Amino acid sequence: MSKFCEKLNKNKFVITAELFPPKGTDVESLMKKSDLLGPIVDGINVTDNQRASMRLGSMAICRLIKEKGYEPILQMTCRDRNRIALQSDLLSAYVLGIENVLILSGDHNKIGEYKDAKPVYDLDTVQLLTVAKQLETGVDMVGKHLKGSPKFCLGAVVNPTASPVDLQVIMMGKKSQAGAAFFQTQPIYDIEQYKGFLKLVSQHKVKILPGVILIKSAQFIKFLLNMPGVNIPDKIVRRIEQASDPLKEGMKICSEIIKELRSFADGVHIMAIGMEEYIPEIIENSK
Amino acid sequence: MIITVQKPLEEIIESLKQYKKIFVVGCAACATKCQTGGEEAVKKMADDLKKNKKEVTGYKVLDTPCDVRIVKKDLSRLPEVKAADALLIMACGGGVQAVERVIDMPLYPSLNPVFLGTIERIGIYNEFCKICGDCILAETGGICPISRCPKGMLNGPCGGAVEGKCEVDRDNDCVWVLIFEKNKKKNVKEGILKKYMAPKTYSKPVKLNNKEKK
Repeated sequence: MSKFCEKLNKNKFVITAELFPPKGTDVESLMKKSDLLGPIVDGINVTDNQRASMRLGSMAICRLIKEKGYEPILQMTCRDRNRIALQSDLLSAYVLGIENVLILSGDHNKIGEYKDAKPVYDLDTVQLLTVAKQLETGVDMVGKHLKGSPKFCLGAVVNPTASPVDLQVIMMGKKSQAGAAFFQTQPIYDIEQYKGFLKLVSQHKVKILPGVILIKSAQFIKFLLNMPGVNIPDKIVRRIEQASDPLKEGMKICSEIIKELRSFADGVHIMAIGMEEYIPEIIENSK
Repeated sequence: MIITVQKPLEEIIESLKQYKKIFVVGCAACATKCQTGGEEAVKKMADDLKKNKKEVTGYKVLDTPCDVRIVKKDLSRLPEVKAADALLIMACGGGVQAVERVIDMPLYPSLNPVFLGTIERIGIYNEFCKICGDCILAETGGICPISRCPKGMLNGPCGGAVEGKCEVDRDNDCVWVLIFEKNKKKNVKEGILKKYMAPKTYSKPVKLNNKEKK
């Protein structure tokens, strides 16, 4: 069982953070960030060509993080690989010591830099979770026996702010049934709304790590609002717009949310989108 | 219906640059419906070709140019076809290739086929069917997530929809919200929202021979 999975099972407040592989081969600054985060978080998500932007692969960075003794969470999207490549990559990840896998559909390439690419989406998220579970039993999708089988800690995503929320609840149920042990969410800025969501999904015995994104400027809010599934209350927008130092205010908002989450949530997933060096301070101020 | 759009005229002229005499073939079925290959479009194309110093030996709007029998019967023997250096086909790829099967002459498409469409009204078309070979509309209340969800999600929505609109095109409804609302109204007892939908088969046939089957 992965260290991350053990921590999830211990019912302590679990903290994950997210890193983006670079566009290119220079991993120096990314690995420095992993050194900052590794010792203070329970898992580091590494994104899979986020926003369909073509980057260094998640699996390579996960392996580098693993070599440093930290706990990587491989993000795997359904966008770019068919069922052959997805299964093959799951086996490869396991052989490289990567046991935590977060399965997502992936931002569609039409809203990224590669509008002309052929989107794959051969499997959807529920199907890929099911397939990953099946690989664990030593059999692949076509029923062939594996010589050596993997063991994963599987995660999925859910968007508590989407409407109709019932549909997200249904989807979360399917993902949980398919084998997702933990969930990470789109950013939460409205604690009460999130608490309402938790009531709706309380029957699923899974861990949910709500997302927070560091808002660094008023300009950044516009970017965030263009991201799929992101919802920011006016109250937060006003705080950033009126702040003399928006980044500081954004960090403060993050710390405040995490502090509140500590009282009832399973954990938190922190996304700083290029400003990961501020995560230690955000966590410190949330205690 | 196969929805087509006309290629830019410059591209068409460029593809015909080594030929002087052109015969234009239209389509009385789909391409007429979407105004890209009917009588009117064919005449307009003939005029445009003439303006670009081509000689048009004639034109013919075939009932269904995608039918090899029709091409044989109504096109292959026309003297105006034989008099031409090349054919310009104003039909989908199915039409172009039926003509190719029958007539051994240089031939060029003037249209880009884009999708199998449902007509809302003239000029407004939606891709509601991917011709996937494994129809699941019985599970969904008649709304297809394979064609109408850009990610082809089969078990439910992604997390990208905002206020019921798709992350890929905010002008489009998230098809899962439509399926959800419809199922709620009609009180469909099981269906796609409740059960696990297994991965689709993509091993559909690329040719059918019903005679051989019998």
